[in-house]
Amino acid sequence: MTPTLRATRSVTLKPAGLRAGWLAGGVVAVLVALIAGLALGSVPLPPGGVAIELLNLIPGVDLHSGLTEREAAILTELRLPRVVLGLLVGGLLALAGAAYQGVFRNPLADPHLLGVAAGAGLGVTAVIALRAGAPGDATANLPVGVPAAAFAGALLAVALTWLLGAAGGRDRSPATLILAGVAVSSFLAAGQTYLMQQNVETLREVYSWLLGRLATAGWHDVLIVLPYAVVTAVIVLAQRRELDVLTVGDEEASGLGLHPQRSRYLLIVAASLGTAAAVSVSGLIGFVGIIVPHTMRLLAGPSYRSILPLSVLFGGAFLALADLLARTAGGQAEIPIGVVTAFFGAPFFIVVLRRSRASTS
Amino acid sequence: MKRVLTAALAATTLLLAGACGDAAEPATTAPTSAGAAAYPVTVGDLTLDSKPEKIVSLSSTATEVLFAIGAGPQVTAVDDQSTYPADAPRTDLSGYKPNAEAIAAKDPDLVILANDIDKIVSQLDQLKIPVFLAPATADLDGTYQQIGQLGTLTGHKTEADALNTRMAADIDKIVKDVPARATPLSYYYELDPTFYSVTSKTFIGSIFAKFGMTNVADAADPDGAKGGYPQLSQEALVKSDPDMIFLADSKCCKQTPQTVAARTGWSTITAVKSNQIHALDDDIASRWGPRTVDLVRAIADAVAKVPA
Repeated sequence: MTPTLRATRSVTLKPAGLRAGWLAGGVVAVLVALIAGLALGSVPLPPGGVAIELLNLIPGVDLHSGLTEREAAILTELRLPRVVLGLLVGGLLALAGAAYQGVFRNPLADPHLLGVAAGAGLGVTAVIALRAGAPGDATANLPVGVPAAAFAGALLAVALTWLLGAAGGRDRSPATLILAGVAVSSFLAAGQTYLMQQNVETLREVYSWLLGRLATAGWHDVLIVLPYAVVTAVIVLAQRRELDVLTVGDEEASGLGLHPQRSRYLLIVAASLGTAAAVSVSGLIGFVGIIVPHTMRLLAGPSYRSILPLSVLFGGAFLALADLLARTAGGQAEIPIGVVTAFFGAPFFIVVLRRSRASTS
Repeated sequence: MKRVLTAALAATTLLLAGACGDAAEPATTAPTSAGAAAYPVTVGDLTLDSKPEKIVSLSSTATEVLFAIGAGPQVTAVDDQSTYPADAPRTDLSGYKPNAEAIAAKDPDLVILANDIDKIVSQLDQLKIPVFLAPATADLDGTYQQIGQLGTLTGHKTEADALNTRMAADIDKIVKDVPARATPLSYYYELDPTFYSVTSKTFIGSIFAKFGMTNVADAADPDGAKGGYPQLSQEALVKSDPDMIFLADSKCCKQTPQTVAARTGWSTITAVKSNQIHALDDDIASRWGPRTVDLVRAIADAVAKVPA
């Protein structure tokens, strides 16, 4: 996932060595999240057995792990896909958030504030409520139409927000765009609520999806989200230099022989695709898309060549660890993942913000 | 599909039920002559001066009770979720989002609600419309009490008492006819596909307890802090290895024994291996009125088929 570090003309303010350090830190964070996520859960499993059982996943390896058949199933069929999905969704949301912030030159842009998540949510609700998809099984078969509908809704939302935000003329101030996003978000959420009210029979299905579906994650969900994640990551990471130039200004970008408008459209579509994929498998999870990129900006400097890959790594680690809390803190019961991300994300962000202010003043 | 949406809602309902259940005094039995009730009658703090002839029921459970005790002809309107019996006068009135004006437009002389949502009770009080709150009950005794209260209010106390006697006898017989086991069966009761369940402290749990079964959800809410409606973690659920699985989300969420068996990681569960996954009718499982007998029978039939 990490991009090749080639020397390009950029606005990096911090030396490349430091960035390599942070990248290594991100890889470590992902590994820590992966190991902790597999070692811990609502059912205690012996660490040694877990390690051996994971080795057994490698084709050709067949060691005696000491785990019962049921314990092995809990590890490889429930826990592993859930951790992987957490890493994927967290990375996607953080990457999409960073891309939006760069494209709109707006530190507050994020999949939720722009209305993208609400748009995806409306799309999914429409599919479930109007039964455009197959009957949904929360643990096996997500209706096939869901990711497509989420993507359509996401694009509709971001287009609306952009049009409304630009209504004030060429100069798009951050506040105007966010206000437009909030308005679009409210409008689409109202549409979603109306759909749910009209189709009470499917209300619970939609509702359980809304609360976040990591609780029911399986390999099926991972396979659904993986292609979207790869496409999004490839497009956005390939555009990291353009993002840096876009933050400087469109004229500057044109002067460098780039196509600012083309890049902008491409990035918006890619980020919306990533958001839609994340939303369609995991429901609405807030805070990741805004907190993670900002934290990376404060830690590693303003260049998107650092922010994008770091957001993928730390965003994934953050969500996987938040999910670990969600499934262990309540003992045998679950805590909604969105509650955990907000609960820990917001105070953490405030601390980082204050520290960075203290160090720059 | 009159169902609790979330555990929180369910918990509130239960708390309400507890609060109201304790507060409700036994109905003052009015002197009856040859089955004809004498008014005024009082249940709790509701007094009716004459027999209600234009009842509006916004509770699908209460609707089933009213028709079962012969008060059906006095019912003018029921809510959109009151799907049983088929001849109940269904309207677009909502029990989820009750609208005082829409209710008042029916000019009722008695309104029956399951929950006091959006201050609806005080609104109807202001309109001088008599309201009876019939919340979800915590056990069968609560159900019998509620049926008796509805009988008293509608002038069908005799039929209500007869229904209670019949239900109790039927349920006792069904439970007795299930052969006893050396080791109790464990069960998982699924409210929705995100593994919300019920503990033994709930109405449903009390029904299963009659068969001497153990509930795998009890460990997830030992102190009742979740109101008896915890969301289980999938890992703990697979680990707890229930002998039987009962689905109360077959209608709402289209779950079937096949979809459950296909869930990743579930193939090691005893209930899945031995084909002991049973789909219940969502409505019968969530309306704790006269058709509770059918629920008990469905459970008994499933339990009786498990090899000892």
